[in-house]
Amino acid sequence: MTVDPFTAVSRTAPPRGGWAGDPRYRALALQAIAVAVIVFVAWYLISNTIANLARANVASGYAYLGREASFGISETLIDYAPNDSYGRAILVGLLNTLKVSVVGIVLATLLGTLVGIARLSSNWLLSHVAEAYVELIRNIPLLLQLLFWYTVITETLPGPRQAFRPLPGVFLSNRGLAFPVPNADPAWSLAAAGLLLAFVGCFGVRAWARRRLAQTGRPVGILLPCLGILVGLPALAWLIGGAPTGINMPQMQGFNLVGGVVCTPEFTAILAGLVVYTAAFIAEIVRSGILAVSHGQTEAATALGLTRGQILRLITLPQALRLIIPPVTSQYLNLAKNSSLAVAIGYPDLVSVLNTTMNQTGQAVENVVLFMSVYLTISLAIAAFMNWYNAHIALVER
Amino acid sequence: MKSISLCSIAFSVALTTVAGSAMAATTLEAVKARGSVQCGVNVGLPGFSAPDSTGKWSGLDVDYCRAVAAAVLGDAKKVSYIPLSAQQRFQALQSGEVDLLSRNTTWTLSRDTSTGFNFAPTTFYDGQGFMVAKSLGVKSAKDLNGATVCVQQGTTTELNLADYFRANGMTFKPVVIEQVDQTFDTFFSGRCDVVTDDSSALASERASAAKKPDDYLILPEIISKEPLAPAVRQGDDKWFAIVKWAVFATFDAEEKGISSANVDDFVKNSKDPDIQRILGVSPGLGAALGVDEKWAYNIIKQVGNYGEIFERNVGVNTPLKLERGLNAQWNKGGLIYAPPLR
Repeated sequence: MTVDPFTAVSRTAPPRGGWAGDPRYRALALQAIAVAVIVFVAWYLISNTIANLARANVASGYAYLGREASFGISETLIDYAPNDSYGRAILVGLLNTLKVSVVGIVLATLLGTLVGIARLSSNWLLSHVAEAYVELIRNIPLLLQLLFWYTVITETLPGPRQAFRPLPGVFLSNRGLAFPVPNADPAWSLAAAGLLLAFVGCFGVRAWARRRLAQTGRPVGILLPCLGILVGLPALAWLIGGAPTGINMPQMQGFNLVGGVVCTPEFTAILAGLVVYTAAFIAEIVRSGILAVSHGQTEAATALGLTRGQILRLITLPQALRLIIPPVTSQYLNLAKNSSLAVAIGYPDLVSVLNTTMNQTGQAVENVVLFMSVYLTISLAIAAFMNWYNAHIALVER
Repeated sequence: MKSISLCSIAFSVALTTVAGSAMAATTLEAVKARGSVQCGVNVGLPGFSAPDSTGKWSGLDVDYCRAVAAAVLGDAKKVSYIPLSAQQRFQALQSGEVDLLSRNTTWTLSRDTSTGFNFAPTTFYDGQGFMVAKSLGVKSAKDLNGATVCVQQGTTTELNLADYFRANGMTFKPVVIEQVDQTFDTFFSGRCDVVTDDSSALASERASAAKKPDDYLILPEIISKEPLAPAVRQGDDKWFAIVKWAVFATFDAEEKGISSANVDDFVKNSKDPDIQRILGVSPGLGAALGVDEKWAYNIIKQVGNYGEIFERNVGVNTPLKLERGLNAQWNKGGLIYAPPLR
C-alpha cells in the first residue's frame, strides 16, 4: 500500500481506458492513500509523544491506576476512601457522570416534551411562556447557567443550622436537600424485585389485551389490573420480608446533617442546568416533529370520530416520533458530554476526578486518552441504544 | 473556564506530540531569540501574582519572573505572563508553553521526578492551614470532624487534607473546585464550613475576597510543609542554573545589605571583592552562567533584594500582613540561605 503505483500510473497512463481510468481501481487507490496518510500521522504523533516525554523525564504508562489516590471525593455511589486506588476513584467519577447523565436525560425528555407541546397550545399565555423559555435558555451559554444555579442554591439557602424544614425530617439548606429513607433491609431489595416482576407482568397483560382486541374487536381496560399488580406485588414482597418500618432520619450532628439521603447543591445545580438547557432544544425538536405530521391526518381522524387524546396517541405521535428520535439522540449525546462542565461547580464527575489524577500524577497524555475513550464509549452506547429504538419504531415499508 | 483549561490541555498535549523541533533549542537561546521570558503565574492570588486594574502584574511570584528576565535580558519588563490554573500548570511547563513556572507551587519528590521538573530554591516557606467563619465557634482543626471542606483542585492541599483527616480519625466532605476564586467564593457563600489552602493564600483571600475579613478565623494548626518554589523543565541544566542563581542573588543581596536603592553606591564604592564579583565589577560569574556580567546588578536594581520583594508584596504593611517567620534570613532565625556567589 504505497503511493508509488498510483502516481507513477497517473503520469504515464493514457487519460482514458486502461486500469488508471477504471473508477473502481481509482477508488481503491485513493482509499489506500488515505489509510496510509492516517497511519503515518498516527505513527508520527505517537512516536513523537513517546520521545518527547522520555526526553522530559515524564513518567508514562498506566501503572498509577493501582496506586493509592489519597484524595477525597464528596459524592460516591460505591464505597470509596482516600486510601483506595486511582482506578477506583476514576470509577467513582465515571458513575457520578453516568448518574447525572441518566437522570438528566429522563428529566430533560419529560420537560422538553411538555414545553414542546405547550408551544403548540392554543392557549396564548401558555404558548408564549413556552416560547420565551426556549428562546431565553438556548441562547445563554450553559456554563453561565450552571454557575447561576449553583450561586442561587449556595447564596440564597440558609446554613444547615437554620435549615428550612418543610416536612418533618426534610431539611433544605445550602448543604443540599436531605430527606429520610427507610433503613437498609433485605426486604427492600425483595420489594424492588417485586416491582420489576410487576412491570414484566404489565407488559404481559398488555400483549394479552391487544390479542383480545384483535380477536374480538372489544378493547379491554388494562390500567386497573396493571396498577393492582404494580402496587400489590412489591407490597407483598415487603410483607414477606418482615415488613421493616425503620426510617433513617437526617439529623443535625456537629457541623452537618447526618443520615438520610442528601441531594447536594453541586448535583442539583448540574442536574438543573443540564435539564433546563437540553429541554429547550428537545422542545423545539418535539414541536417540529409534531408539526411535520400533515394537518389533514388530524382532520381525517377527527372525521372518523377519534378523541383528541386518541389522535395524539394513535395518529400524530407514532409518526412524529420517527422524526424526533434522531435529533433527540444528538441532544442526549450533548447532555452526556456537557456534564463534563460539572468541574466548574465542584460536582465530582469523571472530569473532576481525572483532572485531580492528572495533576497529582503529572501524566496528562494517559489521562486525556482515558477521557476520550470513556466519553466515546458513553456516546457510542447512547447512540447504539437510540438507533435500536429508532429502528424499532421506524415505519416498516414493504 | 472549563473550556479554557481543556483547550490549554489539548494545546499542551498537541505541543507534547509535535513540538520536537521547538524543544531542541535550549531554553536560554529560545528566550533570547524571543526577547521575553514566558512565565507561568497564578491567575489571581494577591500578594503572589495578580494583575491590577491596568493589567500590570505584581506579586512575589511575579517578581521572580522579572528577576529572571532582568538576569537574562537585562530588562525586568520583558516577561510574558501566562496565567495558569493549578491543574493546567504542569502540562504548560512540560510542553514548553512556559519557560519558567513561578506559581506558588509546592516542591515535592514526585514533581521533582515523575512530573519531570527541577525546582529552584524555595522563595516562600508556607504551610497549609484552615480558615473558618468565627460564628462556627471552632478554635482548633481537631474539632473539624464531619465538616464540609472547600478545596482547590489539583494541589498538594487536596492530598494533605485527606491525609490530615485520616491521621486524626476524622471524616470530611470535600467540595473540590477548579478555580481558586470560585473555591473561596463558594466558601464565603457558606457552602462549606472550612476552606483549606496554604496559609498565605488564606490570608490573601481573606484580605481581598471576603466581604467582612474580620468574620473569618485562620486556625492555628499548620498541617503541612509547603515550600513554594519556581520550577523549570528537566534536561536543560544551563537554564536551571540561571533560574536557581537569580533566586540566590536576591537572597544574597539582602544578606549583604544591597538593595535597589543603594546598589549603585556599592558598584561605585565597594572594595569588598565578594560584592564586586556579584555586581559584575570584577567579571566572571556572568560568563559562568552564560549571561551578562551585570545580571545580578540588574536583578537588584530593577526588582530588589529578597527582603524588598517580601515586604512589597506580602509583608506586614500589605493587606496580607505576613511576618517574615521562616522566610527571614538564616542569620535572623529563618531559612533564607544562599550558597556563596563565587
